[in-house]
Amino acid sequence: MRGATRVTWSVGAVGALALVAAGCGGGGGTGGGGGSGSGVVRAFWTDPQNPIEPANTNEVQGGKVLDMTFRGLKKYNPKTAEAENAVAESVDSDDQQNFTVKLKKGWKFSDGSAVTAHSFVDAWNYGALVTNKQVNSYFFEYIEGYEDVHPESGAPKAKTMSGLEVKDNRTFTVKLNQKFSLWPETLGYAAYSPLPKSFFSDHDGWLEKPVGNGPYKVDSYTRGQSMQLSKNDEYAGNDKPKNDGVELRVYTDQNTGYTDLQAGNLDVVDELPAGQLKNAKKDLDGRYINQPAGIFQTVSFPEYDDAWKGKDKLKVRQGLSMAIDREKVSSQIYHGTREPATDYTSPVLKKDGGYSTSLCGEICTFQPKKAKKLIAEGGGLPGGTVTITSNVDTGSHRQWMEAVCNSINSALDKDNACRVNPVPTFSEFRKDISAKKMDGLFRTGWQMDYPLIQNFLQPLFYTDASSNDSGYSNEKVDKLMDEGNKASGEKEAISKFQDAEKEILKDLPAIPLWYQNGNAGYSDRVSDVRLNPFSVPVFTEIKVK
Amino acid sequence: MGRYVIRRLLQMIPVFIGTTLLIFVMVYAIGDPVNAMFGDRAPDPATAAQLREEFDLDKPLWLQYVLYMGKIFTGDFGTAFNGQPVIELMANAFPITVRLAVIAIIFEILIGITLGVLTGLRRGRPIDTSVLVLTLVVISVPTFVTGTLGQYLIGVKWGWIAPAVSPAATVDELLFPGLVLALVSLAYVTRLTRTSIAENGRADYVRTAVAKGLPRRRVTVRHLLRNSLIPVVTFLGTDLGNLMAGALVTERIFNIQGVGFQLFQGIVRQNSPTVVGFVTILVIVFIVANLVVDLLYAVLDPRIRYA
Repeated sequence: MRGATRVTWSVGAVGALALVAAGCGGGGGTGGGGGSGSGVVRAFWTDPQNPIEPANTNEVQGGKVLDMTFRGLKKYNPKTAEAENAVAESVDSDDQQNFTVKLKKGWKFSDGSAVTAHSFVDAWNYGALVTNKQVNSYFFEYIEGYEDVHPESGAPKAKTMSGLEVKDNRTFTVKLNQKFSLWPETLGYAAYSPLPKSFFSDHDGWLEKPVGNGPYKVDSYTRGQSMQLSKNDEYAGNDKPKNDGVELRVYTDQNTGYTDLQAGNLDVVDELPAGQLKNAKKDLDGRYINQPAGIFQTVSFPEYDDAWKGKDKLKVRQGLSMAIDREKVSSQIYHGTREPATDYTSPVLKKDGGYSTSLCGEICTFQPKKAKKLIAEGGGLPGGTVTITSNVDTGSHRQWMEAVCNSINSALDKDNACRVNPVPTFSEFRKDISAKKMDGLFRTGWQMDYPLIQNFLQPLFYTDASSNDSGYSNEKVDKLMDEGNKASGEKEAISKFQDAEKEILKDLPAIPLWYQNGNAGYSDRVSDVRLNPFSVPVFTEIKVK
Repeated sequence: MGRYVIRRLLQMIPVFIGTTLLIFVMVYAIGDPVNAMFGDRAPDPATAAQLREEFDLDKPLWLQYVLYMGKIFTGDFGTAFNGQPVIELMANAFPITVRLAVIAIIFEILIGITLGVLTGLRRGRPIDTSVLVLTLVVISVPTFVTGTLGQYLIGVKWGWIAPAVSPAATVDELLFPGLVLALVSLAYVTRLTRTSIAENGRADYVRTAVAKGLPRRRVTVRHLLRNSLIPVVTFLGTDLGNLMAGALVTERIFNIQGVGFQLFQGIVRQNSPTVVGFVTILVIVFIVANLVVDLLYAVLDPRIRYA
């Protein structure tokens, strides 16, 4: 009798387990899938950091939405990165400082209201006004009157910029505070988008459901969860969507998005987890994209530190640059998602835009013997060792720093020639940089605002420029950049900037490391997936099978 | 009993103030969140100053805390940096995590206690040994391994479930994540129950009950189990809090937008209103769960009485 009871107990337990397992299977299977229609692209998304407004979005996730729901005066061609007219019919200037903007006929916002000169001028004034706290307000810094609406401190003196003037419904003029020949080419960035009247009259309502003039319109938006977009019937541009709409789904983790892609529940993932890059191409049967993005990594020297000044130390800097095996680091740590750098710009610009594969030349080539010799000639490393500092809370910064240090150590045959100095958070790192407290190499990077050589050089190397963290200053470089901005033709401007770049490379205030690529994977349900120069998927071109 | 409960509830006030202050100071110590909002570049000083003013970050720490607490008492938990009120985040996240934690607790009770009783009564037999080895394996393998592996196998390979949970997070979608979340605690519950049952199996009152001629099942359920459950109930009580706060790993793996995820994002973006708000609620959950556990002792063990 006792034996019989025992058997029942264990059978019961096993049965319970089996039931549980079955319960999971049955339940979950019907739960997934979502209710999207057949022609809708399901894409990976994470919660944008700031509310979605054109002048307040500076990261890819919010940028994705703006790219779909807005069109500015110009649009960057997803293939060539060239600025082409979108809403603008023409942007003309005789003196590279006073521009006249004419708009095309027939553009409307998705709520039916017309896109006029006011839509642009009001939007730009809103973006520039300091009390509106827009993180992209610096985009308007070249327009005359910017200092009045955006003073360094204190309350703004004016609400609108004096350099903007509406002539008629489809014409307005822009006066810049300096000559800037490439300015029209900057106008493809989302910060320059027009805004409808409802943005100003019902701001909270607009944020809940943004209204723009782009190829898609927002149907519903649940913050932190998902956004449904469908074709905007009012859209007047020629890049009309080739699918029925897009569903953006917020994921808590890149890995989960990748798993969902493999399971066929998601179509486009533009943030692949670092751990999967090695296998992604194979896992996804080649449905993997690895193409240049406008992001560039360097390590900078503190030009304000006496220990790094002088002709001798230039040799040390050049030696350090030659001691870094860029090829090896980008292939082993990044699995080919970084390209060794050969100048201070990005392959996104293409050759016509000022990108060069030879400008840095020998200095950016791995030559351990010559490196050792140069550093010895320059009197050795200041204090015998050098540190590389970076925040380590994002990216794989610690890994590449260690690899670079190893490369330097083995080139110099010294175990502790280079040390990694990890800083826990970006915020702390930033604080030390602004306080000019660096005493060795530190990570600097640049993500372009618009695909122009000017944007890769001026903010970083012009005297006292906004992101000139190394404190670099060279009159010759400043002068060449000024000349580039005054140049009447695009070609001349680019060549002036390249001349400036050559001068900077002679001083080597920063060692070029590598260009970053944009990565994405997609399901077999869609085709024609590509990334634009900002690494945002070009949703309008995606076809659903 | 009533006085005891009131005394315990009053203890919550200093704990509440202490924890909020502590968390507030800690989040503050991480650094300036405004820097992080500008991405990988130097923030524009004028805009940064305006943002600091909006979030009271330009004021001294003590004043920030006083302002924050003042708002909490009017029911305003502040605003996350993406412009969403924290109270709205809570309204979305807590129901989901509570659902997940309750599912996990049910698994722990059903499977954990069953296995514990089974092994406790069959000490030294094959089933006891195999369950013990199994619990050891479960305890030593981290949740993200079991979670990711399980997700890949039954989500991608066999396709029984969707690997990611939808924003609605319905109960059937949460069954598997709940099981993953419960696994480690489940192993502990099994072991606790087993030990407790094994010890009490030799107690006088059990022998008396058997000698009285009571049926085996009645002895086990009414006498042995009831007494043996005290340590298990203690564990489950505190575990409810742990499951809610510690679901971060599980929530990230299965795309569940619950408390753990919101806390994680709050920390990454250094958003003190989110972090302090969520932790405050979690602290209250912990305190209440512990109170309920203490009251349950009296129900389980007739010898314990609260004056």
